[in-house]
Formats: sequence, structure tokens, C-alpha cells
Amino acid sequence: MKQTPEKRNALRDTPWLDPEQTPHVQLLDIRKNYGDFTAVDNISLDIYKGEFFSLLGPSGCGKTTLLRMLAGFEIPTQGRIILDGEDMSAVPPYARPVNMMFQSYALFPHMNVEKNIAFGLKQDKVPKAEIQERVAEVIELVQMQKFAKRKPHQLSGGQKQRVALARSLVKRPKMLLLDEPLGALDKKLRQDTQFELMAIQEKLGITFVIVTHDQEEAMTVSSRIAVMDHGRIVQVATPTQIYEFPNSRYVAEFIGEINIFQGVVENSDSENAAIISEEAGCRVETGRSTDIAENAHAWVAIRPEKFDISTEPPSDTRVNCMQGEVWDIGYLGNLSVYHVKLDSGKMAMAVRTNRARSIESSITWEDRVYLSWHPSAAVILSN
Amino acid sequence: MHSRLSAFNITALVTGFAFLYLPIVILVIFSFNASRLVTVWGGFSTQWYGALLENEGIRSAAAVTLKVALISSTFATVLGTLAGLILARFGSFRGRTLFSGMIYAPMVMPEVITGLSLLLAFVALAIDRGMMTITLAHITFSLCYVAVVVQSRLVTFDNALEEAAMDLGATPARTFFQVTLPVIMPAVVSGWLLSFTLSLDDLVIASFTSGPGATTLPMKIYSQVRLGVTPEINAVSTIIVGLVAGGVIIASLIAKQARRDSDANHP
Amino acid sequence: MSEQNEIGFISNDPPHRAPGPIGSLHASLLAYTPYRWLAGKLAASGLRVRHLVIAVPYIWLLLFFLAPFLIVFKLSFSEYRIAIPPYAPIFEFIDQTYLQVRLSIDNYRLLFQDSLYIQAYLNSVRVAGISTLLTLLIGYPIAYSMVKARPRTRFILLMLVILPFWTSFLIRVYAWIGILKNEGLLNAFLLKIGLISEPLSLLNTDIAVYIGIVYSYLPFMILPLYANLEKMDMSLIEAATDLGCKPVPAFWKITLPLSLPGIVAGCFLVFIPAVGEFVIPDLLGGPDTLMIGKVLWTEFFNNLDWPLSSAVAVLLLLLLIVPIVLFQRHQQKTAESH
Repeated sequence: MKQTPEKRNALRDTPWLDPEQTPHVQLLDIRKNYGDFTAVDNISLDIYKGEFFSLLGPSGCGKTTLLRMLAGFEIPTQGRIILDGEDMSAVPPYARPVNMMFQSYALFPHMNVEKNIAFGLKQDKVPKAEIQERVAEVIELVQMQKFAKRKPHQLSGGQKQRVALARSLVKRPKMLLLDEPLGALDKKLRQDTQFELMAIQEKLGITFVIVTHDQEEAMTVSSRIAVMDHGRIVQVATPTQIYEFPNSRYVAEFIGEINIFQGVVENSDSENAAIISEEAGCRVETGRSTDIAENAHAWVAIRPEKFDISTEPPSDTRVNCMQGEVWDIGYLGNLSVYHVKLDSGKMAMAVRTNRARSIESSITWEDRVYLSWHPSAAVILSN
Repeated sequence: MHSRLSAFNITALVTGFAFLYLPIVILVIFSFNASRLVTVWGGFSTQWYGALLENEGIRSAAAVTLKVALISSTFATVLGTLAGLILARFGSFRGRTLFSGMIYAPMVMPEVITGLSLLLAFVALAIDRGMMTITLAHITFSLCYVAVVVQSRLVTFDNALEEAAMDLGATPARTFFQVTLPVIMPAVVSGWLLSFTLSLDDLVIASFTSGPGATTLPMKIYSQVRLGVTPEINAVSTIIVGLVAGGVIIASLIAKQARRDSDANHP
Repeated sequence: MSEQNEIGFISNDPPHRAPGPIGSLHASLLAYTPYRWLAGKLAASGLRVRHLVIAVPYIWLLLFFLAPFLIVFKLSFSEYRIAIPPYAPIFEFIDQTYLQVRLSIDNYRLLFQDSLYIQAYLNSVRVAGISTLLTLLIGYPIAYSMVKARPRTRFILLMLVILPFWTSFLIRVYAWIGILKNEGLLNAFLLKIGLISEPLSLLNTDIAVYIGIVYSYLPFMILPLYANLEKMDMSLIEAATDLGCKPVPAFWKITLPLSLPGIVAGCFLVFIPAVGEFVIPDLLGGPDTLMIGKVLWTEFFNNLDWPLSSAVAVLLLLLLIVPIVLFQRHQQKTAESH
């Protein structure tokens, strides 16, 4: 099937949707056991050239083990890793065209910045002049020219992070693995560095695979995110899809804040499924069909910012609406967070942008409020 | 914890260190005593040091001791560094428990037992007793100390250091020589010094494992001490104390520098 | 995560690189059949450099640490006889046909029948126990006060503790002879200030042995205590004071219980070697200072009874095996929690 040029162009940033693309890295049915414990459980995954791919999950979900298998520090109990068409599974780490940036940075304490960066090139017996040139190039890339002669212990956390990045980039790996690369930095520096990482990745076009437990970081930098739990991948999708269309309660709850109400599917036709939820205290129209059978349990998930909160009932009768009492208010400056106790006793959370500038909010404690939302804002989850 | 020292603290420190150092200081002072009596000060003199140079027995014992110490500490450092590396980096393997047991046990084992068992082993292996057997014995117990020193240095650096080297293309052997060894060098050096002084110091194990013609300095000192306190022994002791003190101070300064580096590397 | 080291020493060559000198040598030697056979065998047995690295110190320790103990154990069942070496063989071929095995428990019987040995064992434990307690009582305030000092002073104090620990043990024990003997410095001093009218006899008594052990092993007590106290989070004391606890009760309720691992380590480090101590009871103790290390020495060097001294060693080891194992467990636990 030939594609039109326009379609090709549109697929350039989303190679995983392009059936003609071959994946850069393929994980085929990878499994890793430590004795009786299964750290990674039959994972198959395709990563495409130039992607900024995140492995996201709580600690102990197997994301680091997966990354270490890509680097070659762990040997899969089962399955294969294919990089650029070559089977990497049995190749030791020092022979893989892949480099890693370590969480602790792992800078060699007895070498200065330059020597640390040159280390990898020296191992490959690159000519001296070329080493100098390439080291200078990456030092400039990470803006560490002034610190080239310093030893690691004379650098700040952010500077060490830059050196570690430069050291792992200088060999021009086919793929760069980053293990919690920004974990040791404070929040402000971390945010700045995220954008720098993205800029560098875009400039070099290297495939980045990053392990993180910080969902905001994953949302910011990634082309796609794989959400992991107990050694399995739960969902692989773009940040927007993950946030707006989580495929499970686990993903919905792991990424951002979300309200989840249990209910029973009342009727389900090709246009619209309705769910009767005692927790929400209303009939929820979803405006969409579902695979879930009638009378089966289902969950409705709504992000807090999708609610309209008001002391008046909504005028539009097509929207869904719940009632409750304001239990608590959190004022965050740009936003206010309302915790509303529904009539069913369930707590709901709504967020409103503070558009008007006022000291007194129009909604206050113990007010009776209406939480309404458009049918398209909710997600139906089977489990 | 930067509170000023209380009167209690100062008393404890002053009496404690006086207790630790007074006997050595007295010994050093009396090595310069002109009188042969140890309780009476007869004026300053270096005559006992002169007498020492004349003493053939002590000179040859010192030569044996130094040879044994140099050879045994060097071998112990090589073996002990390997053992420390295995303990800190090789994870679990069959027989690891026995291995770490054999590393830690000699350090608390009463010397009479170690000495006796080594002697019996040498007899069983039909190795002629002499400098060679003392050296083998010293290597065995010193290597345990080196292993512990090297191991405790290695555990302050996480595995990532070596993994990073391999990730950047260094083979395991090159990783060891270019990254691991430079990093643990201070521990290796202080392990060597420790082995050296342990060997210099040992009386019991050397007595068991030595043979005719191989008398070490501690053995010589011991046989003379049994006859009473003499100014010559004070002089020998002063020289040994001076040498060891110098070595330890240098080693501690190296270790301090290394610690500063590693602390700074791990905030 | 134990397997992560599995890849540490892999013998096959990395495929992504031009073969180095060893690689090409290997390639050319493969044409030679015996080499190919050997290389194949090695690869098939799964033998790796990793195993060789482990093997070197392992075999050394087996040969020179573990095997000697087994020999001691074996010898403790043989009989003394006047010969070189001075014991009867346990295994002997008779008429080149029969293997004769002669195990004697005479040595052990003697140890239990002659009260000298039992007393020596008990006395060693008593002397070591009392000395350990004294060392703790003297060492704790020193370690505690060291931690209170400024970091720079602390480093110097630490060096001052380590220094005697490295200095010749024999010389340090010897130094006390000159101080403790009847016409020694301590008596001279006490006589001069008029505290006593007659010299005290200190040398060659149990008191001298206690002094010797405490003095020699004090650094072994101070160092683990110091290491423990230095790591202690001082905000705990501040929290206790903040909650209304006065400094002295705070010490008993917070500092002391938390320093228990250091106390335990220090006590083991003093007690275990002190039980088998030879030099100190020999030089400072008297003829009636019975300690097992000295008994072993005498049996070996003076009586030349190797089998009996082996039996003494085996029993001493049995006596110490419990504290040694406890100590190793303790060390491992502390190392893991660190």
C-alpha cells in the first residue's frame, strides 16, 4: 500500500502509526526472573528511530530491569532484543552500540571532566585528534567548556548531570538509555533540564529511552510512554492518549488526579452507553458505545478539571450532573481544588481555574454545589 | 554536633590518651637513658642505639623481619585485593558463605590456634620450616585484613561506576585496571601498610612457623624480654615505634584525602 | 540482583569489534587441534575468568586456613611419641594389606580429667570477660568524647587511637613491665609521693594481666564505638531534649541504646582474641595466671606434645566458635543495614 506524500509527512512524528516503518528496537517476549521473582513478565515492545520513549511506573515495576537489559547489564531469562535488525541478547555491554546515563551519574572520581568524556572513545582506540575534537564538541553541546579540567567532586549536581550526558553521547550511540536522569536535581533545575534534553535529542536524532517514576517528566519529554506495573506493560501511548484515554483504572489513577465512580451499564447501543452509578448519584450518559455488556459493572473516570462547579444547577440538560456539599477547598494560586462530598458519601474532586482576581471565592465551605460535565469528558473503564 | 567539649569530655580524652601513650613515651625516653637501670635517669645518651648496631643477633633478626614483611605484605595485597573485589562485587556464588567466613575468621582467631594449625599444615605438606613458612603464614592472615579494607572502600562506590566503564566499551579487565583499581588505590596502599606492620609485629605465629635459622625481630625481642627490661630493647622498640608511626600517619593522610574525594563524589 | 555480575567476566570476544592481538592469536591457534579441543572443553565447562579470579584467593584460604584446622583436628586424636614429628600416625598400612586406623581420645580425656585444663579454660573466659567489661567502661567515654570534638580535632584524635593499634603489640606489653615491676616506675612514683611505704607487687599478678589486656585492646573497643556514635543522627538527641528530656537521661534513653551495635562489635573484638591471648599472661601474669593460650604454648614448645596442644586448640576453638559466629552474623547485619 503506497501512501500519499501528505500522509507520509503526517506520519513523520508518529512512526508507530506508519505500517511501512520498521522498529529501531524490538523487544520480543522478554522475561526476567530472579529466582522465583519475575521482574519483567513477557514484554514485547517496538521503539522507533528518533523516539523519546519513557518507561513509567512505580518503583519495583521492572522498568529499571528492562532498561538494564537494553544496556546489557542483565541477560533476559527469555526473549530477544533486536536493535537495528541485530540480535543483541547475548552481546556484552561493552560491545553494544548503546550508551547509558546512570542515575548516580557514575562519573569516574579519579578523572577530570574531559577524561571522563574521552574514556569511551579511548576504549575504541579512536585517534587522539579525533577524540579531542569530539570531546570538545559534546562539552560545548552541554555548555561545560569552563569546567573541562575539573574533577567530579568539584562539580554541582546539575553540572555532573551534564557531564554524564556528554559522556554517554560522545560515542554517538544508536540509542541512549537514561535511568532517572534528573532524579537528583531540584524541581526548578529539573524542569529546565527537561527542555534541554528534548532540544539535544531533537538535534542529534538519537533514540532516547528514559526510565522515570515522575509522571510530569514523562508527560513533558516523551513521544510515547509505556506505563508499567508488576513487570508488565499496561499501556503504550502518547502522553495525551495516556492522560485523556487511559485503558485501565491503574493507568487512570497513576497519571494525574482522577475521579472514578462505580456503576452498572444500563443500556448500551451503538451510539451511547449509559451507566447508573450510585456513587455518583445519577445516570451518566457517555455519548459513546462500549464493549461492556449490559448490567455488568463499569467505572466512569473523570478528570477534576473537566467538571463545572456551580451553586446553580446547569442550564444545559444534556450534561451529566452530580450534587454535593463543599467539604474542603485548596487554594493553589492559579487553581482552586474543591473536595465535594456527594450525597452518596463519596468524595469528588473538582478543579477550577482562578480566572477572576478576587480574595473571596464565590463558592465556600458547606455550600451546596452542582458538578456537571459534558458526556465526552468521561472515560468508561471495565476494570 | 559541633558543641564545645564539656569538662567530662576533656577529662575522658586526656586520661584516655595519657593511658594509651604514657607507657610508649616512657619507653622512648628511657631508651635515651645513660643508666642501665630503667627507673633512674642517668642523663641523655644514645649509647644503646650504638650498642644495637653492634648486636649481630638483632641486626640479622631485623633483616629477616623486613624481608618477610616486604614479601608477605606484597603478596597479601594482591590476594587480598582480589578477595575484597570478590566480596564487594561478585554477588553470590556457590561457597560464598565459606569464603567470607575464611576472610573474617582469621582476624579474631587466637594467634596460638592459627600458628599451631599452620605449623601442622607445613609439616603435613613437608615444607621446610624457615623464612618461607613464616612468609606464607603472614600472607594468609594479612590478606584477610587487606580484603576487608578493600571491600569497605569498594562498597562506598556503587556498581554503576564499573557498569559505566563497560557501557562505554571497556572490557572487564580494562574496567578493573582503568576504573576499579585507581578508585580503590588508597585502600590498597593502606592495606599494604597494614600487612607490613602486622608482619613486623607478629610474635606468636612466627614462633610456631619458623624453623632453625629464621628468627624474626619480635622473636628476638621476646627471648630477651623474658630476661628483663633492657635499654637495648627500649632502643629497638623506639625505632620500630618511630617507623610504624611515620607509616601510619602517611597512610591516614592518604586515606583522608581519598575519603574527601569520595565524599564529594557522593553528596 | 545477584545475577548482574554474571556478565562481569565473559570469556567470548565481543562481536562488534575487530579482533585484538589475543583474538587473532586465538583464531590462528584454532587450526591446531589440541588447542581447539582445550578451548572447546573450557567453553563447554562454562569456565570463565570470573571463576578463575574467585579461585585464586579461595584456594589459598582453603589450603592455608581451612585445611590446617582439619589437620589440627585430626592430630588431636593421635598419640604422642618421641619422634620427629612427635606423634603416631593415625592411618598406617600393616603388611601392605591392612589399613590400620588408630584414633585416640586420650588427649581429650586428659583435658577433662586434669583440673589444670578446665581451670585454664574457665580462667581465660573470666579474665577475658572482666577485661572486656573494663575496656568498655574506659573506651566508651573516650569514643563518646571524640565524637563531640570538632571535625578537624576528631580526625587527629582518631589517628591517635589508630596509632597504637598499629604499633607493635609486643613492645606495648613490654613497656608495662618497666612500669609495673617492684622497682618499676609506678612504685617509684607512689613511694615518692608517700602514698605507699612499701612497693606494691603488681607485675606477675592478675591485675597486671587486666591492665595489659585493657591497654592493648582499647583501640579495638574505641574504633567500632566511635564509628557507630559518629553516624548517629544528633537530631534525635535534640528531639529528646525538645520533648523535655534532660541531657543525662537522654544519653541513657537514646544514645546508649542506639550505640548497642558498636558496643557489641567492640566487645566481641576484645573478648574473642583475649580468651586465647598468650603474650600478655606470659609477660605480665604470674606462675598461677592460668590462661589457655599459655597452656597451649607450653604444651607445644616446652613439652613438645603436639597431639595434646592440638586437642587444647580444638577445645579452645569450640569455646570460641559461638562468639565468632555471633560476631560474624552481627557484622553482616550491620554491614547490610549500612
